[in-house]
Amino acid sequence: MNALEASGLSKSYGKHWALENCSFELPTGSIAGLVGPNGAGKTTLLHIAVGLLRQTRGSIRILGEEPGSARVLARVGFVAQEMPLYKSFTVDEMISFGAHTNVGFDAQHARHRMEHFEIPLDQRAGSLSGGQRAQLALALAFAKHPDILLLDEPLASLDPLARREFLKILMEGIVDSGVTVLLSSHLLTDLERVCDHMMVLARGRFRLIGDTTEIVNTHKVLIGPRDRAGSISGVDQVLHQSTTERQSTLLVRTNGPIIDPAWMVNQVSLEEVVLAYLDSRATADGAEPELHAVRTEVAR
Amino acid sequence: MIEFRLESRSGIAPYLQIVQQVKHALRLGTLRTGDQLPTVKEVVGSIAINPNTVLKAYRELEHEGLVEGRPGVGTFVLKGLDGPPPHAHAALRRSLLRWIRNALEAGLDHESVEALFDSTFREAAEEEIA
Repeated sequence: MNALEASGLSKSYGKHWALENCSFELPTGSIAGLVGPNGAGKTTLLHIAVGLLRQTRGSIRILGEEPGSARVLARVGFVAQEMPLYKSFTVDEMISFGAHTNVGFDAQHARHRMEHFEIPLDQRAGSLSGGQRAQLALALAFAKHPDILLLDEPLASLDPLARREFLKILMEGIVDSGVTVLLSSHLLTDLERVCDHMMVLARGRFRLIGDTTEIVNTHKVLIGPRDRAGSISGVDQVLHQSTTERQSTLLVRTNGPIIDPAWMVNQVSLEEVVLAYLDSRATADGAEPELHAVRTEVAR
Repeated sequence: MIEFRLESRSGIAPYLQIVQQVKHALRLGTLRTGDQLPTVKEVVGSIAINPNTVLKAYRELEHEGLVEGRPGVGTFVLKGLDGPPPHAHAALRRSLLRWIRNALEAGLDHESVEALFDSTFREAAEEEIA
């Protein structure tokens, strides 16, 4: 079962296409990273998934249903960018507000979390630090006991220490609940260790979708002589190429082992791979790499 | 109890790093038969990684017969890790020496030998576990 899936999903604002022909499947239980530069369409996609926006074309199903109905919303947790909280509300009032506006909201759970993080219940939301705001927003989202949790750039406003802290709390919450998570970010290094799925979005289109480990394993950097830069056995596609007078450095997607001894094979980090897909104009032939989907299975 | 740490830039898959760290602790005797490994929740709460990664590592260790998961209780060490007998070391060392001499004769310098060994070893390790 897929917690979230889309087919041919497109959204236009006037003449501008924010999303174009996006198709993906997110299996239940996965922790997925939605990665892309600002303006790539990440927020648009998340807003369509929770029913805040409607697509222009294509279809999307969240927990097997059309987004937006009260029934499905009760099972969806969503933390919008900048973690909107009512500034003049105290932490406790914010939690009560959540309890009044959500079915099955576990206010006690949220209060316990606040106590655990030593955030006073009578403090105004407007005076919380960035990290505390994030904790409160996350506590409110988890109090719904959602089946899927969508987080829009939850790390963007946090300093590195608070980011790490936030991810720890998020991961602990996932162990307890088994919730499917999709979080967007333009900070790759933070996502690498928490996400088992990567969805790379640029200029409204998906560039790369797949299992994180698969992606890292099937991409290599090859360094070798320039005149050998023809077709190499084991190379599926060259994503990025830079050459000096005598040497070529290639970032490639492989479909088998590279055995040609002329090439020195190096491991790549996820960041290097994702950057290569994002920076699509930098490919050897000037064409954009086609969407590459790595088939995946998620065990839980 | 042991603690894990993750090297982001090592190029080694996170689950494999956990497997290696458990084995290392078994070899050193930091972990002994009957010891409990940290729970998944403890691990994700200390190093902020995907719980599935920890589960995958523990399954791999279980598969190798080194640990045992007891439902609702935790994961426990079944046996320590003893190295192979000394004569196995000596034989392997001799064949490795032959290989190194061949590599040097072929014109590879020290660093290339190391790089070639590292990348081949990593590939073999990945195949073994995948």
